[in-house]
This record gives sequence, structure tokens and C-alpha cells, in this order.
Amino acid sequence: MNHRLELKNVSKSFGEVQALTKINFHLGRNEIVGLLGDNGAGKSTLIKIMTGYHQPSSGEILFNGKNIANLTVSKARQLGVETVYQERALAELQTLWRNIFLGRELKNQWGLLDVNRMKQETYRLMNQSMGFTSSAVNPNSHVGSFSGGERQGVAIVRALYFDAEIIILDEPTMGLSLKETAKLVNFVRGIKEAGKSAIFIDHNVIHVYNVADRIVVIDRGSIAGEFLTKDITLDTLMEKMIRVAESGKLE
Amino acid sequence: MSTQTKESSSPTLQPYKETFSLGRFVRTNGGQLGIIGVFIGLWIIFIVSAPDTFLSSRIYFAFMSTIPFFAIMAIPLTMVVIAGEMDLSFPSIMGMGMVAFSFVYERTVNIDSVTTRVVLAFIAALISGSLIGWLNGVIIVRFGIPSLVATIGTQFFWRGAVLVLTEGRNYTLSYIKETFLYPVLVGKIGGYFPMQMVWLIVIAIFGWILLNRHQFGAHVYLIGDNVQSAQLMGINTGGVRIKVFMLLGLISAFAGVLYSFHIAYFWPSLGEGYLLNTLASVFLGGTSVFGGVGTILGTFLGAFIIGAIEAATVATGLTGFWTQLIYGLIIVLSVIMHTYLRKRAG
Repeated sequence: MNHRLELKNVSKSFGEVQALTKINFHLGRNEIVGLLGDNGAGKSTLIKIMTGYHQPSSGEILFNGKNIANLTVSKARQLGVETVYQERALAELQTLWRNIFLGRELKNQWGLLDVNRMKQETYRLMNQSMGFTSSAVNPNSHVGSFSGGERQGVAIVRALYFDAEIIILDEPTMGLSLKETAKLVNFVRGIKEAGKSAIFIDHNVIHVYNVADRIVVIDRGSIAGEFLTKDITLDTLMEKMIRVAESGKLE
Repeated sequence: MSTQTKESSSPTLQPYKETFSLGRFVRTNGGQLGIIGVFIGLWIIFIVSAPDTFLSSRIYFAFMSTIPFFAIMAIPLTMVVIAGEMDLSFPSIMGMGMVAFSFVYERTVNIDSVTTRVVLAFIAALISGSLIGWLNGVIIVRFGIPSLVATIGTQFFWRGAVLVLTEGRNYTLSYIKETFLYPVLVGKIGGYFPMQMVWLIVIAIFGWILLNRHQFGAHVYLIGDNVQSAQLMGINTGGVRIKVFMLLGLISAFAGVLYSFHIAYFWPSLGEGYLLNTLASVFLGGTSVFGGVGTILGTFLGAFIIGAIEAATVATGLTGFWTQLIYGLIIVLSVIMHTYLRKRAG
């Protein structure tokens, strides 16, 4: 069976800086993979390659076993990759409905926007998926006035609306309250129940351990090791993470 | 809204209805209401202080005859500024458009029909304007040069090109009066209503639709708001920015043709003196220099305020020396007002 997504020998350099070296990575069907690593280990670069934002310097990207050359953001979205970025990727001066449909506006063949349908869909999503019931938030609200949790809600619902097969979450708990974090962890479990795949990146080892099927550790641009969460205890994982950070080796 | 909130917990969700709330309407449209207020306020001041001038229709026909020449450029310039960019080269593009016009007309003497020659020359002017705008965009996007700096350069370059190519000569365009383009572009409907005003209205409506109801405009706003978000969400930010510069180039060449047709003469200095009026119209209208915010209606009204101040200063009995002082005062006060309204809306 083909993997949902696979990277073969992917390297990436920015000028003199070698960000990733010969990464071999795969994401199975209905699998949640946790990606762990210190600051600057290359996690964000790796996911930006999967989403088509960066092009790898060398190596191959395969979706469902098929090699995809010159992956772009819009091509990756067509292939079912949705990303909740660390930086949220919202436009704060714009309205909620414009943010939900950012880059994929509903339009007719002339490029004219179907404003009413986008507002209706936004309203439905707000109530059914985002859990925004406050009357202060409506499709015409400006995203700049939202709290951190609400903004994260917008970024997540946007990823879900477009029938994603692979959902990538880059540091999704950053800046969230405890309650909002618990909601997010539940949401990631929901992805698994819906039969989809996800890549979950977080600083917090406990969050990742709780939801991931498999954990991949990245250090200094290479994969240092991987474990199935059922085979390893949280304590051992924590020990190994500290050892990697200090020595660059897992064992 | 409170009833909708309750219904949302039941399985059948009512469709979203935009409920009207005066407070929210004022908050979200503060900038546009503000400029409408300034517009009406100034107008009342003009009428009270110079009733003879401002209660007769003649001054309004005069405004509609002269203001469109820069107001139509202010429409695409609004889009450039919303996208977070700046363009100072459009007055030179007006000149280059007319250089293309005159050269094509002069080099088509073997064609008998003057109308055909003028139409070809007109098309050449529009094409050269678009090309220069495209080149601006390419320099800015592909080389990553800030647009303010890049267009200071291209503004000098193309003005220089106009002078070199024309060798400083003036061109009389009396021949255009025999062609259908003359009444279509700058004629007067019923002997009163100037066609350039019709073109301004057409371009403003087209610009409004493009900006507010078309995917292109949605992307322009997003790029000006947060270019990184736009890129992460797969918008071709470079392509869209090149297109807004092209659009401004096209319309600037068109404005150059309109003005030259109006006076039936082409001076190589065409466009000089329009730079600050056009920019002031955009900023007076509430477009943010930081990008992401701006409206066509604001720019439209801003242009008429700018255009009316000079006539009004003289008509109210002040000497022409006062014009710039009043310009400056109104621009500074309006920009302060817009900034204040935006903070409250945020």
C-alpha cells in the first residue's frame, strides 16, 4: 500500500545554510505523526516543503505513491494538504469570511466572487465547527479583533472546510490557554476518527505523545530517530529528547 | 443577533442574515462616512462663503471637465497603495503614452483614413502605458526593489525618454477633432456634460467591482494586509502586484490621451503637476499607506475635494496664495481623522 505522503532523500539549503539533509519521511493513511525537535532543527522548513511553499534542493516528494515535481502551494492544496501555520497565516485587517476563503475564493467563471455564499458558509462553520456563538463575532467581523484561540479556530476551520486528506499543524498550541489547548488536542483526535492523516508539530512533548501514533525526532536537519508511541513511555521519550538536544544522538 | 445565537444550538441552522446595526455600520464604514462628512462639510462652507459661484451649475461642469484627468488615475493608484505599494511614475507614463500616440500617427501617413491612424495611435498609447506599468512591476517584484525607490527611478527615466524622443517638440493634434474618438473621449453630452466625467464614472465602477467583487481585488487586499499569509495560502503575490502596476500604466496612458485630446495639443511636460494631486486624492480618501485598507468611493470624493479647493479658495475671496495652505490643512486633518477612525474600528 502506498503512503499518503512520502519524502525521499529530501535536502534543502538556503544559500550556505544546509537546513535539511537527506530526509526520508512518510505519513501513512489514517496516521498521526508527531514531529519533535529543538528550535532550528528544521521542522518548519520540512513542513513548508510538504506544503509547496519551499522547493527542495534535491530529493522527491510522493503523494499516494506518485512523484510530484515542482510542488506549489496551490498544487499541494489540490492534493488535499491543509496547513495550520505557526504564524496562523491570517489577514488581520480583513473580514472573517475573506480569511476563511483566503486564496480559494468561491467565484464564477469570470472570477467574480460569490460573496453571499461565502458569508453563509462562514456563518455555518462558525456555529457548527468553530463554536463561535458570541454575537460579537459574525462573518463580517475583522479578524484583528479576535483572541488567540479564536484566531487558531479560524485557521483550523479553514483547513477542515476544504476536505483535507492531510492536515499539518505547526505549533498549534502556541499562545493558547489551557482550555483552548485541550480543545485542540480533541480536535486532532477527531482528525484520526474521521479517517484522515495529520502531522503534528509542537514544542510540548506531552501534547504530541498524547495524540500521535508515531513520533519522528528531527535534529540539526536530519532525522535522529522514530518511535511508535505504543512502544515507548513518555518518560523514556523525554529522556531521549534531552539527550538529542545535548549530544545530537538518541542513544 | 441574540435569537440566531439560540438557534445555532439546534440542528437546523438558520441561514445567516445580515442584521443592520447603526453602531456596527458606522464602525465598519467609518472611513467612508468620514470622507463623505468632510466632502459635505467643505461643500457647505463653499456655498455659504461664495453662494454666487457654488449655487450655479457652471462651476460643477468646470469641475467635471478638469478633475477626471487625474481622478481616473487615482482609481488604479488606490489599488496599488492597497497592495502595499507606491507608484510615482504615472505622470511620466501619461507623457510616454502620448509619445507612442504621436509617433504612430506620424509614421502611418501611407494610410488614407485619419480615423484609422488615430485609432491605431490610441491603441499604441494604451499598449505602451501597460508595458511601462508591467516593467515597473517586474523591476519591483523580480528584483525585490521597494516600489517607492524603483518608481522614483522610472519616473525620471520615462520623463527623460519623452524629452529625448520628442526632442522637446510640441505636437498639435487638431486632426483628432475630425475623428469619432474626439466626441467619445472628451466631447460634451448635450453641450454640457463632459465625456471625461463619464469615463471617470465608468472606470470608478469597474474599479469598485474589480476591488470588491472580484478575486483579483480580494488578493490585492490580502497582499497589502499580510503578504506572507497570502503567499502561504498559495496566492501568486508577484503576479498580482505586477498586474496592479500594469493597470495603473494602462489608465495613466488613457488619462494622457484624454488630456491631450481635451486641449488638442501634446506638450512633452504632459502629466507634470498631477503627481501630488493624484496621491493626495488617494490618501484623503482614506487609503492606508501601510496597505490592506482603502476604498474607491473615498478616492473618488478625495479627488473632487482636491480639485475643488483651488476654485473655492479664489471664489471665497481669498487670494490664490492661500490654495496650498488650505490643501495642506485639509489633507493633514483628513489623514488624522482616518487614522483615528481606523483605530476605533480595529
